[in-house]
Amino acid sequence: MNTNNRIARLAINEEGFVFDPQTGESFTVNQTGKVILKALMRSDSEESIILQLTEQFALSPQEAQADVRDFIHHLRAYQLIY
Amino acid sequence: MTNNKKPYVKPTIIKLQSGLMNKFGVSPYYARKVRSNIDGVSIEELTKQFGSPLFVFSEKTIRNTIREAKEAFATRYPNVTFSWSYKTNYIDAINAIYHQEGSIAEVVSEMEYDKARKLGISGENIIFNGPHKSIPALKKAVQEGAKIHIDHFDEIDDLETVAAELNKEIPVAIRLNLDSGIQPQWSRFGFNLESGQALDAVRRINMGGKLRLNGLHCHIGTFILEPNAYKTQTEKMVKFAYELEDMLGISIEYFDIGGGFPSKSKLKGTYLPPDVSVPPIDNYAEKISQGLFNALKPGHFPKLYLETGRGLIDEAGYLITTVFASKRLPDGRKSYVLDAGVNLLFTATWYKFTIETDREMQGLGEPALLNGPLCMNIDILDEGSMLPPMKRGTRLILSPVGAYNVTQWMQFIEYRPAVVLINENQVEIIREKEDLSDILRRERLPKRLRLA
Repeated sequence: MNTNNRIARLAINEEGFVFDPQTGESFTVNQTGKVILKALMRSDSEESIILQLTEQFALSPQEAQADVRDFIHHLRAYQLIY
Repeated sequence: MTNNKKPYVKPTIIKLQSGLMNKFGVSPYYARKVRSNIDGVSIEELTKQFGSPLFVFSEKTIRNTIREAKEAFATRYPNVTFSWSYKTNYIDAINAIYHQEGSIAEVVSEMEYDKARKLGISGENIIFNGPHKSIPALKKAVQEGAKIHIDHFDEIDDLETVAAELNKEIPVAIRLNLDSGIQPQWSRFGFNLESGQALDAVRRINMGGKLRLNGLHCHIGTFILEPNAYKTQTEKMVKFAYELEDMLGISIEYFDIGGGFPSKSKLKGTYLPPDVSVPPIDNYAEKISQGLFNALKPGHFPKLYLETGRGLIDEAGYLITTVFASKRLPDGRKSYVLDAGVNLLFTATWYKFTIETDREMQGLGEPALLNGPLCMNIDILDEGSMLPPMKRGTRLILSPVGAYNVTQWMQFIEYRPAVVLINENQVEIIREKEDLSDILRRERLPKRLRLA
């Protein structure tokens, strides 16, 4: 995943509060969203993120794939990644 | 090991709007609505047996609501009859419940008239309203003794033709439109009172000598949130009746004050929730009886008909629908594709339905769009609600949808689903799901176009 985006500069705290120092915008993510966001900031691949989710949480790889895809689309809509 | 894994909640990210109110409002967990059953029958069982989408009606709610409405009026005025508005929902089983509860039929077309007659309602227990009554339809209604409410001058001509043909005097009512102090003022139907058009219509009827005016009808609008409008309407109607008596010796035997009482639905553009904005039926009954007693002569209690539709049936109807797919829109909103859309919920144009899920949903609410199954851009059931992340197969229950949807629904692109009625935990089909035979039954393929 290309992290040459705003996402690499985000600050996340444990409660899921996300701050973008570049724009001053802030967001809130839930526990699962935080796992994905942190993985994307580390430039983990989509496949790796799906694996991390299925290892940590009770869900099927198919649902994980759909949800990671949707989350990435959501980040794109917020222009956090391109 | 699956057992060691944490429970999964779908990922969400929500942008925070500092200094601004979130336009979609908040959706904390406690505000989420869950409906696991309708009148004791689980949503899961209903969809397992009858599929999705599925219209579900509660007989208990229908009967309780009409009984409550009847009591509100009967305790205030001694001569009241409810007339079930067929166009609001004319599935036979629904009509039959209202007739069992003592309502007569109010129809606005030959089709509705025929439906009432086939159900076993006698002509004299049918009020025939509406702007389009053909001469054959009028003739049938006259022969069967229906109460005919005239909408325009051409209808007076048509009824005189029927009277001449049958060689009988026809008792009739005219529909009035008037200023009851609310906007918009409905003026399309009937004869205007304030301009003198209504008096002209009565004079025209008198001049013809073939019709006998014995009733006045008026329906001021729909979803009327101001009970006082009915008081004004009623007073004006009674006053006009006495003027006719004084001027032309006409005796008005009944007043039909129409319908228009709101349901607990949320009209788009209104801010307050229906529980706050919609007055109880007693407020309407109180104002109407005040209007009557203010204007009627002492001891005179002409028949009062009410044509309430929406206010009686809306909350008894639910639509169960299922999340078929979802996607993320470029603006960040979540779009859910449901198996029911505007083809089934025509009233989505004006009303914002209550959205419930059949079980608790985890995850933060986010702005979502509920789209139907139609390959049409207009197929939107709801936009702007904050909904939790929902996976494929999630059941949603939309309500209240009892009024106008199972009459205005369209056989467009999709088959129409089954309609069931719940009565004391028993579920009965009152309209079967459509199949291809319903679509093809009226079509004729010329031989020269047959492909096989």
